[in-house]
Amino acid sequence: MHIHKYEKAVLAVTGALLLGFLAALFYSAFAMDIHVHSHVESIDPANVRTTPPFDQPGVREVAPGRYEAVIIGQAWSYTPNEIRVPAGAQVTFIATSTDVLHGFAIEGTRVNMMLVPGQVSRATYTFDEPGEHLLICHEFCGLGHHMMYGKVIVE
Amino acid sequence: MSTTVATADALGTTVPAAARAGTPVVHDATGFSIPASHNAIIRWNVYIAFAAMGIAVIHGLAQALSYAGIDILGWFPGLKTYYQGLTIHGVFNAIVLTFAFTNGFLSLTTARGLGRPVNGPLLYAAFGSLVLGIALASWAMFTGRASVLYTSYAPLQAHWAYYLGLVFMVVSTWITSANLFVTLHAWRKDNPGQRIPLLAFVSVATYAMWDLASIGIAIEFVAFLLPWAFGLTDGVDPLLTRSLFWFSGHPIVYFWLLPTYVSWYLMVPRHAGGKLISDALTRIVFVLFVLLSTPTGFHHQFTDPGISAGMKMVHLVMTFGVFFPSVITAFSVASALEIGGRRRGGGRLIGWFFKLPWSEPALAAQLLAMLVFILGGVTGLINASYSMNQVVHNTTWVPGHFHMTVGTAVLLTFMGITYWMIPMLKGKELWSRKLAVAQAWIYFIGVLVFARGMISGGLEGLPRRTYFAAATYGKESWDLAGVWTGVGGTLMFVGAMLFLVILVLTVFAGRKKEGQDVPFTETIQPPAPGGWETRLDRIGFWVLVGAILVAIAYGPYLIQAIPPHLSVPGFKLF
Repeated sequence: MHIHKYEKAVLAVTGALLLGFLAALFYSAFAMDIHVHSHVESIDPANVRTTPPFDQPGVREVAPGRYEAVIIGQAWSYTPNEIRVPAGAQVTFIATSTDVLHGFAIEGTRVNMMLVPGQVSRATYTFDEPGEHLLICHEFCGLGHHMMYGKVIVE
Repeated sequence: MSTTVATADALGTTVPAAARAGTPVVHDATGFSIPASHNAIIRWNVYIAFAAMGIAVIHGLAQALSYAGIDILGWFPGLKTYYQGLTIHGVFNAIVLTFAFTNGFLSLTTARGLGRPVNGPLLYAAFGSLVLGIALASWAMFTGRASVLYTSYAPLQAHWAYYLGLVFMVVSTWITSANLFVTLHAWRKDNPGQRIPLLAFVSVATYAMWDLASIGIAIEFVAFLLPWAFGLTDGVDPLLTRSLFWFSGHPIVYFWLLPTYVSWYLMVPRHAGGKLISDALTRIVFVLFVLLSTPTGFHHQFTDPGISAGMKMVHLVMTFGVFFPSVITAFSVASALEIGGRRRGGGRLIGWFFKLPWSEPALAAQLLAMLVFILGGVTGLINASYSMNQVVHNTTWVPGHFHMTVGTAVLLTFMGITYWMIPMLKGKELWSRKLAVAQAWIYFIGVLVFARGMISGGLEGLPRRTYFAAATYGKESWDLAGVWTGVGGTLMFVGAMLFLVILVLTVFAGRKKEGQDVPFTETIQPPAPGGWETRLDRIGFWVLVGAILVAIAYGPYLIQAIPPHLSVPGFKLF
């Protein structure tokens, strides 16, 4: 097969470009520690409310400046549906669903994960500035999906 | 059927004799004709495809306006909820339109490429399976028994008729695949040692890719969702069924795209008066899609719990790999177009692009489709970019992206193909060439405005799949995005409806014109009669290699996920 020099060039440039993108992504993952939320932990979805830590949903300080927010998603609300943390708090969100799939996206942050019945989702984020963020269910969960939201208030 | 055949050589490029020997049916359409019954089935596939689109985009208009805060759902008689309409929009556009059109179009290109009709009974069987599937799923969707959206995520539980209907639709693609392989096998027996004509090769390779890719949803629906919907099992594992969905749910994108590439590689150069340069590179691109399309699905699940970061990274790398053949395609198709544009007096750098025959509806629609696909491809690469996905996942960015890929690159190409295919099959002229060109431009402008809204809204966190006009929350920075979306969506709706008008009037009021042929190009570099390139034609072997890559990419997850650990009962929350 004869490959024209322009074809060779475009193949090389494309390959280099894609490898460059991949290198940037791996750099951000390993050197800057920016990962996707990939917590692997299963839970019985029928007994979420009696399984720790979901037997006591809410925010608690686990170390100075570090918080855990345990949140249950169900059609069509979050429990609790409003949490308050101080500015500068590093918050680990621990969440799951008791029924169908739900979304868990805190607008204005990179906390964006799925709640899948039977799986526990976790994400950590530091809220530097005071303000109010919507917590949005962004996966279709039935008739009242567009009414399912909460709030994260940074004080 | 040989009236347009002679023009291939009018281009002035010398074609080596081997090109004729290697691809005997490219130039010579004498003796080839489609049996009338096959012609009818192919046409009805196209009609069903666009009838489905027509129904789907009516609700599409309601969705776009909903993001602008305008609620027109009250005008839909019989529609119970927004999400019922959204389910129909997804199933009819993403599955019915694409399956029906591709079953018809690639049966035609295989027959024309090989110079022999496909198998009749299999052609009818595929059509029957498709119609049965549409009937079952439509009943469930239109009566509000299956408002689960086209992704069918368990444990939302639809009526069994919905799942069974989707199964019959997939079966129709498998029957079509069997048909193409049977036809190819018969051709090989009659032409031992010959290279497969390129037009047939790319058609069959498209179905080979999908055969491998569709295993995921086949297992999901037949082993899990159907028995569960029938009440034979108590529950399903939602993460497993979701993962099986995306096993097929990403490569289905290439099952939408490869028929588009068939046209871009082999037909668009002909419309433009150019020629495709390389036979081998074209085959390599399709082989790469067979290999790399499927082991990519976890990039739809980057934000999912229960799947390790390592697995997600493997799929990240594979997804970037499958971007490679698309960039080659951009180069190959652009160079074929450049040959056409420069023959027409276009300048060296970009002048040739404007000299292309833009008044040809089939070409104009597909050129505009390609322009939008550049934006669709770039936004897709961002979706696939691991940690960046967290910024856009499940926001309106994603529908903004895929309305530029399947919703334009594919749809506008299917419309462009229809602009020559239905006139050819009906023996008629297109009803209005000018209106057809205008239609493509209206849709093109519409999608750019629409995507501007969805993309910018998504970056601000505006959620997708949401009845926004009735949402109990909101954010000021979403307002403008919603307006762009509403205006653009309205233009897209007008463009789609104009297309239907042109299609109907062509069928009923087009002027007679017999003797039209499938317009396809030859390659400047012909297929090699021997050597390693002949191995590209071993489609079955490439599917096998693809299956090994799938096993590597999915094996570690599936081995621990099957048999399922969980049994979650169904919820009917719609």
